[in-house]
Amino acid sequence: MSSEKTITHSEAATRFNQDTERVNWHDETLWFVREKRDKSAHQIQDWELLRETASKIKNNVLSNIHDYLVEFEANAQQNGIIVHWAADAKEHNEIVHAIMVKHEVKQIVKSKSMLTEECHLNEYLSQRGIDVIDSDLGERIVQLRKEPPSHIVLPAIHLKKEDVSETFHKHLGTEKGNNDPQYLTEAARLHLRDTFLTRRAALTGVNFAIAETGEFVVCTNEGNADMGAHLADVHIACMGFEKLIPQRKHLGVFLRLLARSATGQPITTFSSHFKKPRDGKEIHIVIVDNGRSTQLGREDFRNSLKCIRCGACMNTCPVYRRSGGHSYHNAVAGPIGAILAPNLDMSKNADLPFASTLCGSCTNVCPVKIDIHDQLYKWRQVLVKEGHTPATKTIAMKTMATVLANPVIFNMAGKSGRFVMKNVPALVNNKMNKWYDQREMPDVPEESFREWYKKNSRESKTDKDEQ
Amino acid sequence: MSSKEQILQKIKQNQPGEVTELPDLNVLGSESFDVLKTYKKVLKSIGGDFAEVADYTQIIDFLKNSYALEKRIITTIPELSEIARLDWQNDDPHSLEDVELTIVKAHFGVAENSALWVTDALLGQRVAPFIAQYLAIIVSKKDIVATMHHAYDRIGNQEYGFGTFIAGPSKTADIEQSLVLGAHGARGLIVFLMD
Repeated sequence: MSSEKTITHSEAATRFNQDTERVNWHDETLWFVREKRDKSAHQIQDWELLRETASKIKNNVLSNIHDYLVEFEANAQQNGIIVHWAADAKEHNEIVHAIMVKHEVKQIVKSKSMLTEECHLNEYLSQRGIDVIDSDLGERIVQLRKEPPSHIVLPAIHLKKEDVSETFHKHLGTEKGNNDPQYLTEAARLHLRDTFLTRRAALTGVNFAIAETGEFVVCTNEGNADMGAHLADVHIACMGFEKLIPQRKHLGVFLRLLARSATGQPITTFSSHFKKPRDGKEIHIVIVDNGRSTQLGREDFRNSLKCIRCGACMNTCPVYRRSGGHSYHNAVAGPIGAILAPNLDMSKNADLPFASTLCGSCTNVCPVKIDIHDQLYKWRQVLVKEGHTPATKTIAMKTMATVLANPVIFNMAGKSGRFVMKNVPALVNNKMNKWYDQREMPDVPEESFREWYKKNSRESKTDKDEQ
Repeated sequence: MSSKEQILQKIKQNQPGEVTELPDLNVLGSESFDVLKTYKKVLKSIGGDFAEVADYTQIIDFLKNSYALEKRIITTIPELSEIARLDWQNDDPHSLEDVELTIVKAHFGVAENSALWVTDALLGQRVAPFIAQYLAIIVSKKDIVATMHHAYDRIGNQEYGFGTFIAGPSKTADIEQSLVLGAHGARGLIVFLMD
């Protein structure tokens, strides 16, 4: 991962907030998805028991992942699947490229895989003359616009239908100004059908991989993963190693939780179990580490690897809803992205754990009970200790610590603060002071609480009476 | 050291010292409801449709009235040979691109989400239920289970190369959360619930 300068979350969020109407729309759209999740979850009597069970299964996986991986590989190989191991993003991309070179394929159709976003596979392949087409509708829209997805489940949630219409008019020749989602979806269906029929290689992500059987499961609503995989000679499935679950029957728990948490659907339209390749065809699995084994060793942050990528934490997050996925400058945005990203690059992603109010809503909706907001808080402490936070913040915090630790300085600071705010407000109420960006300060009181208490407490009144 | 050895070694070193226990799954799936009624209700709510039939003759009659039979219709069920072809199972899967309707059987259905479990043994070709414009699936009413836990109990150690749960027609809401049926797979799903 590069450490080049990226725009910080707060700066990107400020830009996103310039269009108030659009931000309100974004906020409401995601909240609508959150409400669908609630409605769906409340229909399941055992919902909390399901969450607890899923959490325990994932804890077991993390505590025994070495053996599960060995078991999974052996079973997958026995099923005729070719298994590859990639230590990092670079090796993952090289493996995928090498498979394509071996088969002399120059074009590939992809279904959604956040892992390949994390590894920047599309860029890597296109630099080597390979044409990559994303087949999930939302991903295709953002790909045509040369943007990254802004949400792991809803990649184009930041766009309005007018934007999509404009993009499709430019790239697919749809009627200008026709904003009908039905019409636009139909245009994408026709365009991508031709893609599915002509690609000899297909790449998919993996939602769950089962150690016991060596099979893996891919969930989609559109059917794009299946259209790609069943028409291609070579199917490459890429997975982070944490996607493993022990046994087939555990899918019952996760498939009940995944779609309900994501969009409020009772299940995705297709939950496809790939166990063996078709006769004469190939299935490859690329098992990727890319920092996950490091995260596994960080006791405070290990639990982030339980994530099943439903996106519920994003839909509920007041900061995500009002700052947009792109402001997180990471393949996975939102609260979960903010605890995964610092593991990949602490310096580049030091701003992300601060992009939260720590309200805990993410933790409350997480289907596998990741303590997301606690981890955000813990990351802040690690980042400050390791010197990754901006100097202004560090100085401000240190000054604050000195002031609060010393009653005399505290008193003086209060007095001079009140004086300044009353008589020369421009000294504090200016562009340098971030607190004034979206706030008006209340009127300054004449005296501090301490001064008032000195006059009005029972002791001081008794003193006065005695005098 | 290979990447595999390197990754596994690091995982072994970093994973927690003790293996935590797997939870008991038997406590789940005790919800009680009318499975057939729930199945129908959920299927409708996700854009699918159903017809209750007594035998294959009724299915043929239904399809004659509802689909353009002059277009290409394929099936894996010999009883439907009057209206659908059976001779496509060894063809190049790409040649199925003009299929209007695929008709297959499901092993069983799941009430809580209206999903139907199908595998290689029933599909003829893996792409068949995806590439067709419309999809019809036949399931016996007695083969509807309550929840996904019952579904996996039923699957058990079943052997397959490919299996999938299909719940409703293919769909997307990627444009402003507006639901559109018929993304890449079937535009419509009719489930024949057989006595």
